[in-house]
Amino acid sequence: MATCPGCALLCDDIEVIVENNRIKETKNACRRGAARIKGCINRLEPKIAQKPSDIESAVRKAAEILGNAKSPMLFGWSNSTCEAQVKGIQLAKKLGAIIDDTSSFCQGLLIEKLLQKKFRTCTLEEVRNKADVLVYWGSDAQDSEPRHLSRFSYFPRGESRQRGYEEDRIAIAIDVRESNTAKICKGHFYRIQPKGDREFILALIDALSGKVPAYEPKKILELASILKKAEYGVIFAGIGLTYSIKDDFDILVALADKIPNFHIMPMVGHYNMRGFNENLFKETGFVNRVKFDGKVVHDNRYSIVEALREKSIDALLVAGSDPLSSLPRSLVRHLASIRVICIDPCVTMTSKIATVTIPCAVSGVESGGTAVRMDGKIIELSKIIESDYPTDEELLSRLMGAL
Amino acid sequence: MEIYQLLPKTNCKICGESTCMAFAVALLGRKKNISECTPILEGDFKKQKEKLEALLLPSAGAEETGMIVHPEICTGCGNCVVACPVDVANDPKGAAIGCAPTNDKVIFRVVDGKVVASNIKECRRFGKNRVLCYACIDPCPTGAIEFV
Ligand code: SF4
Ligand code: SF4
Ligand code: SF4
Ligand code: SF4
Repeated sequence: MATCPGCALLCDDIEVIVENNRIKETKNACRRGAARIKGCINRLEPKIAQKPSDIESAVRKAAEILGNAKSPMLFGWSNSTCEAQVKGIQLAKKLGAIIDDTSSFCQGLLIEKLLQKKFRTCTLEEVRNKADVLVYWGSDAQDSEPRHLSRFSYFPRGESRQRGYEEDRIAIAIDVRESNTAKICKGHFYRIQPKGDREFILALIDALSGKVPAYEPKKILELASILKKAEYGVIFAGIGLTYSIKDDFDILVALADKIPNFHIMPMVGHYNMRGFNENLFKETGFVNRVKFDGKVVHDNRYSIVEALREKSIDALLVAGSDPLSSLPRSLVRHLASIRVICIDPCVTMTSKIATVTIPCAVSGVESGGTAVRMDGKIIELSKIIESDYPTDEELLSRLMGAL
Repeated sequence: MEIYQLLPKTNCKICGESTCMAFAVALLGRKKNISECTPILEGDFKKQKEKLEALLLPSAGAEETGMIVHPEICTGCGNCVVACPVDVANDPKGAAIGCAPTNDKVIFRVVDGKVVASNIKECRRFGKNRVLCYACIDPCPTGAIEFV
């Protein structure tokens, strides 16, 4: 059995048939996972200033760039093993650098509150065995974590949910559009306006407190009564929800207080984003946006988005992420004007503009390690095939040695 | 309908049916073979013929139940694997609880990211006590499973 590094469900029931050190067939992995396990289409080559080089020289060049930078930043990490993340944090400390990950424009806030124990949460096994009311909120699990509903949340029979989804579970979707997940939640889809989550939560809190909500009273009261009757409820909070209430997050805490049988679980896409959040939290008490400046400084200025907007960094190491593909165009311009070092197994948009590119093994396929599932469980990754490429962890160690 | 769209739509009757539509229905019901429509075998329709074959292939051998799976639109989510009552009954410690199937008696499995159906004769839509089961169609987000 192998583990799939395709998303933060980290499905560890994958069968892989290997022939001559090549992956021939996968069983049980979804389409996205199967593609991920099969590896990159274009393998990254070691390059310095777009010219072919070798890994050793590229590492030395990277160390030189980072060592000479006034304000270096280390970014990425959501597709790196915990071991590489810890190395990255050590490297940031040594350099006095800023470190941030994709969660600063994703689920970071929610995970931070969770690690601060502001919410009740639960494990996916508990969801499978106990949950009777599932709320997919601002999250299209069916697309982002394709096996979420089948492995854990809706379809499987669990210890106290023996009669299966038809009788024992209610799935509810709250979203701005009728996503694939919403289609499965037939009859329990609540469409909201973009950024309408706040209004919806407030109305729901009213309804749960016995007041008539100001907004769509009939539907909200009906939903409130389902939530109240739940024996074991879970809100799967997606990025849609987190984003929309990021300035007023306490209303979600207030809602959770009204429904004591409910648990909140962050929906995470990239396989080890939560791992980075936990590792940095352990080290600094923050999940992202940190600068090691003799002491730990946490500030929104240290998010990748702000750092690029303010042009406050002069060198960027990217590992386990492709910021160029997900950041707005206007920010990317500054990226192209600074020195970028890219550590990745595959050619990415970011690697194409990088000053130094260093290929590494595909984690979870060509190298093992650990990662943190979306619910916080630590999962062992598998080394399925042999590879000559060093792991990202090893590259970061070498880089630190070369400083 | 998809099948009809791929036919020459000339209603030339060479296949022995009175219209292309009738031929499409016969194809679906496995009463006819693609090659009986000789016009489609000729040059111009090569692409269409290949598509038709791909469309009809997955259900070959499934004529009794009429199940057609479309692997090209399947996301491999596994909903059907876990929801099918036959899979639940035949694999209570695997598919039934959301895990990977533990034996070969299940109807659905996901291979290379796409669904593969076998043991179709076990399907509840087939046999003496047949029922009109929708447990694999309804949970599918992409409509990759059909019965004709
Ligand atoms: S759901 Fe995620 S972890 Fe599971 S097989 Fe699909 S991509 Fe891989
Ligand atoms: S032979 Fe082909 S073109 Fe002619 S009627 Fe039959 S299906 Fe249509
Ligand atoms: S119709 Fe029902 S029994 Fe037949 S394959 Fe689908 S889910 Fe299984
Ligand atoms: S439910 Fe549909 S998309 Fe999911 S595995 Fe089955 S056929 Fe494929």
